[in-house]
Amino acid sequence: MSTTLKDEAAIVGIGETEYSKNSGRSELALASEACRAAIRDAGLTPADIDGMTTFTMDTSDEIEVARAVGVGDLTFFSRTPHGGGAAVGVMHQAALAVATGSAKAVVVYRALNGRSGARYSQGVSGGPTTSDLIHWSWYMPSGLMTPASWVAMVTMRYMHETGCTSADLAEVCLAQREHAVKNPRAFFYQKPLTLEEHQSARAIVEPLGLYDCCQETDGAAACVVVSPEMARDLPNPPAMIRSVSQAAGAHQESMTSFYRPSLTDLPEVDLVARQCWEISGLTPDDIDAAVIYDAFSSIVLFQLESYGFCKKGEAADFIRDGALRLGGRLPTNTHGGQLSEAYIHGMNGVNEGVRLIRGTSSSQPEKNDHVLVTAGVGIPTSGMILGKA
Amino acid sequence: MAISGKEREDFEKQLEPYVGLDIGIEDRGRDPVNAAMVRHWCEAMGDHCGAYTDADQAGNSVHGELVAPPTMLQAWILGGVGMATGESDPRDKQKELHRLFDAHGFTGVVATNTEQEYTRYLKMGDEIRATTVIESISEQKATGLGIGYFINTRTRFYDQNDDEVGWLTFRVLKFENEAPAAATEAEAPAAAGRPQRLKPALAHDNQWWWDCVEQGELAIQKCSDCQALRHPPRPMCGECQSSDWEFVFSTGQGTIHSYVVIRYPEVPGYTYPLVVAVVDLEEGTRFVGNVLDVEPDDVEIGMAVQASIELVDDEMKLPVFRRA
Repeated sequence: MSTTLKDEAAIVGIGETEYSKNSGRSELALASEACRAAIRDAGLTPADIDGMTTFTMDTSDEIEVARAVGVGDLTFFSRTPHGGGAAVGVMHQAALAVATGSAKAVVVYRALNGRSGARYSQGVSGGPTTSDLIHWSWYMPSGLMTPASWVAMVTMRYMHETGCTSADLAEVCLAQREHAVKNPRAFFYQKPLTLEEHQSARAIVEPLGLYDCCQETDGAAACVVVSPEMARDLPNPPAMIRSVSQAAGAHQESMTSFYRPSLTDLPEVDLVARQCWEISGLTPDDIDAAVIYDAFSSIVLFQLESYGFCKKGEAADFIRDGALRLGGRLPTNTHGGQLSEAYIHGMNGVNEGVRLIRGTSSSQPEKNDHVLVTAGVGIPTSGMILGKA
Repeated sequence: MAISGKEREDFEKQLEPYVGLDIGIEDRGRDPVNAAMVRHWCEAMGDHCGAYTDADQAGNSVHGELVAPPTMLQAWILGGVGMATGESDPRDKQKELHRLFDAHGFTGVVATNTEQEYTRYLKMGDEIRATTVIESISEQKATGLGIGYFINTRTRFYDQNDDEVGWLTFRVLKFENEAPAAATEAEAPAAAGRPQRLKPALAHDNQWWWDCVEQGELAIQKCSDCQALRHPPRPMCGECQSSDWEFVFSTGQGTIHSYVVIRYPEVPGYTYPLVVAVVDLEEGTRFVGNVLDVEPDDVEIGMAVQASIELVDDEMKLPVFRRA
């Protein structure tokens, strides 16, 4: 057994449903379709699968999806909590399972009717009295109850401390939209965005405007993780998991870590980054492209700093000359991201990371040796570096 | 006030002949069961069952042909737009009964529940008719809407061969409106159910804090051993792991550490734009609350604010901040 998760697992198949505003079918149906597509893309059959993992927020149980898809015996199944923070946490689970022999082939999936079903933008409210509900009770009575409002609170302080402006945030949105325009899966396929449109759009929660917020999407994405040995016999070039990690930070709350010495410190993101570099032996200079979790535009800036692509407080300068665009220093969210492709809780980003390694993105950078994939911000989170075999 | 005494006795005597009475008119479907109405119904209901709308799938189903959704039963005999415009058959005993209630002050009407049973699936071309009997009238009841009577009817549905294909019961409450009828419809529901802010879930670790708010105090939990203050409350001190704690009351003085202006979505019970701030209290802990009486554009990080405990809706007290 290995001592780290460096090159102990590979992503060999990816699949997804169409992304829409009204899927017209159940989340279980979406999950099943995405898993079926990922298994086929891997060159495997359901009988080859013995592990399944997803988010705690997913409504489709592992065994329900397994039965629907025709997967037989399972020796590994698990869930990762904290919403979008789980986007790469699920990959951590899959890699752990494969590296330890707990499973040979793990399907990772996330399915949601995020627009036609339960909408996160509508806020948190009642439910059983859990520690989670007690936590939200500090904010619901004052009306602070949507992801946009929680992220806006940190963003306002960040802008105050760094001088970052709304036009700086716009560059994240514009760069990603440029990518989405070329991606037929994207909601904003062939629909460009201008700085003027970004700046004149209505406010959602100041300082965040409409285009600073991700979409709400119906759809599902899935991928298949196996050992490097098994990957050699499969049709697609594997995306090796060069490193993968999870972290929760000191004084961590779910989305509302407002009581830390500095509101803009994100120790959990710093810790994921540190582990990613240590396990892989790589540095930010080795990364050719990135899928950076983008529920909101501002959190892309926070992460560029935590992962060390620039100094703390200097992300706006880093991206101003097009670093995130094709041909720039770090082409980022080449699928359009969750702002402009679809919001599948980051699982669509995992699949884009695999495409970047395969060389099949609709906005494919020439150099693609290493790709960073990250997860939600403001919550316990996760990240990974993908590389070629 | 509802009628009482002799007047009520006389009124209820007039109701008796209606019990068990056929309403005297037959509802006859204006069109035979047909694919167009079925398709529109299925689209409106989001029902994608192929047996209703896809002739090929229906042919291969247990039905062997297209059938209508059973829950459409009543739709086949409804009177169309005429129902909404108030046209009615003068022979209709049910309407006559309602007019009798109206004349005695029970002008309100609300449908409360229905039960249905379907004998067989209806096929294309079936011709449906229905007869209705007033099965019972309740004794006088005091309800949330007012004093009134429940009227139960049973409608039986028949096909072109006079075979029964299903029935439904329907219960309405005829009640006395306290306010004028027109105003009631528009205003009463809103006033009775005015939306309030979301309330906190209360449990062992936080109930005491909200009790303090009820008493008009913004409390801060304090470790009884190392004296460290902490917020939000939790059962153990993260500094010294002591489970013993007490609390102090904040002066409510603080400065804005960060804030947001919420404009969307607008949740019922709150007023927008809504300013929410993370406030550095002078005691050293932070608190998240609304900032009132300051224009959103005038709110600033670093602004001095003062907390007070106030009713924020009809029911809940909260610490809120104003410019100091």
